[in-house]
Amino acid sequence: MTAAADPSIKAATTSPLAPRNAVTIVLLAVLALIPLYATLSGNSFALTLFTRVLILAIGAVSLNLIMGYGGMVSFGHAAYLGIGGYAVGILAKEGIGSGFIQWPVAVAVSALYALVVGALSLRTRGVYFLMITLAFAQMIYYVAIGLDRYGGDDGLTIYNRSQFGGAIDLNNKTLFYYVCLALLLGSIYLVARIVNSRFGLVIQGARTNERRMRAIGFPTFRYKLVCFVIAGAMCGLAGALLANLTNFISPALMHWTRSGDLIVMVALGGLGTLFGPLIGAVAFLLLEEGLSRVTEYPNLILGPVLLLVAIYAHGGIEGLLAGRRDG
Amino acid sequence: MLYFIEQCLNGVQLGMLLFLLAAGLTLVFGIMDLVNLAHGSLYMLGAYFAATFAVLTGSFVLAVILAVAASLVAGTVLEVVAIRRLYERSHLDQVLGTFGLLLFFNELVRLVWGPAGMSLALPIQMLAAVQIVPGFYYPAYRLVIILVALAVAGSLYFVVMRTRLGMLIRAGASNREMVGALGINIKVLYTLVFGLGAALAGFAGVMQAPILTVQIGMGENILILAFVVIIIGGVGSIRGAFVAAIVVGLIDTLGRAFLPDMLHRVLSTNAAATLGPALSSMSIYILMAAILVFRPEGLFPAASR
Repeated sequence: MTAAADPSIKAATTSPLAPRNAVTIVLLAVLALIPLYATLSGNSFALTLFTRVLILAIGAVSLNLIMGYGGMVSFGHAAYLGIGGYAVGILAKEGIGSGFIQWPVAVAVSALYALVVGALSLRTRGVYFLMITLAFAQMIYYVAIGLDRYGGDDGLTIYNRSQFGGAIDLNNKTLFYYVCLALLLGSIYLVARIVNSRFGLVIQGARTNERRMRAIGFPTFRYKLVCFVIAGAMCGLAGALLANLTNFISPALMHWTRSGDLIVMVALGGLGTLFGPLIGAVAFLLLEEGLSRVTEYPNLILGPVLLLVAIYAHGGIEGLLAGRRDG
Repeated sequence: MLYFIEQCLNGVQLGMLLFLLAAGLTLVFGIMDLVNLAHGSLYMLGAYFAATFAVLTGSFVLAVILAVAASLVAGTVLEVVAIRRLYERSHLDQVLGTFGLLLFFNELVRLVWGPAGMSLALPIQMLAAVQIVPGFYYPAYRLVIILVALAVAGSLYFVVMRTRLGMLIRAGASNREMVGALGINIKVLYTLVFGLGAALAGFAGVMQAPILTVQIGMGENILILAFVVIIIGGVGSIRGAFVAAIVVGLIDTLGRAFLPDMLHRVLSTNAAATLGPALSSMSIYILMAAILVFRPEGLFPAASR
């Protein structure tokens, strides 16, 4: 099977009707039609739920860039959701409501944080990297708790969504949904461009064999750092969107289990695949939502499902669809 | 000055507790190369077991013994059913799988014991304060925790460094195949190590139960602290875990006790009130980041494999 795996992947990527492509296409079509369904059925909850799915999918896509393609397992990715969210919340509270300022600030601060964290933690690898990113995320978490002016532990309500001078009104739920969808597709496209570029090949080479990449003459540290910063900036944007969706920010946004959720989404969908994180985010959040409707104890089922995926389905849902048995 | 000594003792007590948790975590991490996010769940289970057995038996000591035994059983079953299938997987799969277990155990506890927390009452002798130096009293129970944990640390060190079982454990850590080839049943050995770690985690939960409320999710934040301890100490090193646990316990406790006051002297009241608690919560993470930057494998890296 392992020997035959390579041709089958090739076949899957070329044939538009291969199961994994079919699922991706159907999923995108469904996502594009959600607002229509919500309007027709009057089910505005579905719209909110799926907006949330799209936003967290952006976070998962960004995590996948460093974790799936770069082999940097970060356990602190929710920090960017928090930083992006707090950038919007703090600016809104201080009277700056324009999205043209809020969103770039969210992205820039996230990138800056990623630069500092990456510069320090990329010196370590493996489990030490996982833990040091977690430690930095915990620091940011406690900083947010200490921000008394912005609600501290209780969080902060945002009274107005980011304003784009009449061009885009985020209070229009359908429009907001499509903004998120467009940004998600944009981020997937960006990741696709990155991983297929020379830069992306260096990143993937460093994942497979960093020593060899260095021997060829690539300063892998710098490449990985830039990759880490790009992912951080993308997730910061997701944080800004999330704050706009919920109109509320609190330190819980970056509790370490949130970072765990993001890892679960990526691993569930398929590590190192373009649409895997999106599939994972949809599967995880819908499973969570669906289970909590049928039972009072959803995690009693969700937990073992994750365990089974970890044990049996290496490569996540994408891997299953492509018929892969190995990573 | 007395206040300082008291806070130091509190710090050592927290450190001892962290050591009990971290010892199991670092053994499992160092020997089976397993990242176990569900370790905190075993700590939580230990506390719930103790609270339940205390109600059933009416005896604190009996409850402690039964709860540790129950944690050992729970850990062993968990290893056989699920954990052993994760050893050969990547760290990422292990994070995914044990994260699932963590969700599962939190929910299971909610199902069995209900969403409200429980409490475990101390026997009357433990409530007294002991006079350590003239004029300085310290709660007897906290002192008991320190002494018992020290005893556990000592016997653990003895078992790992001086017995045949410990020799096998260390051998299994350095070369799994070789130990297996020499006729040792490595599967049973791993189950034993995991069970031991679970019993230690359960014991930590039991000891902490009378001080804190027994509640869902109590294992999560302390799990992160335990991870910080083993990373600072160096993965797989019991000695490192011991030193790091005391350092982390002291810094965390002393930071919370004195940092706000110290900031007060240099900053305005407002700034100090905001910055103090945040900075003291962050202190151990700053320590960990600093140590990892200068010593990427922790203070006491286990012998290279």
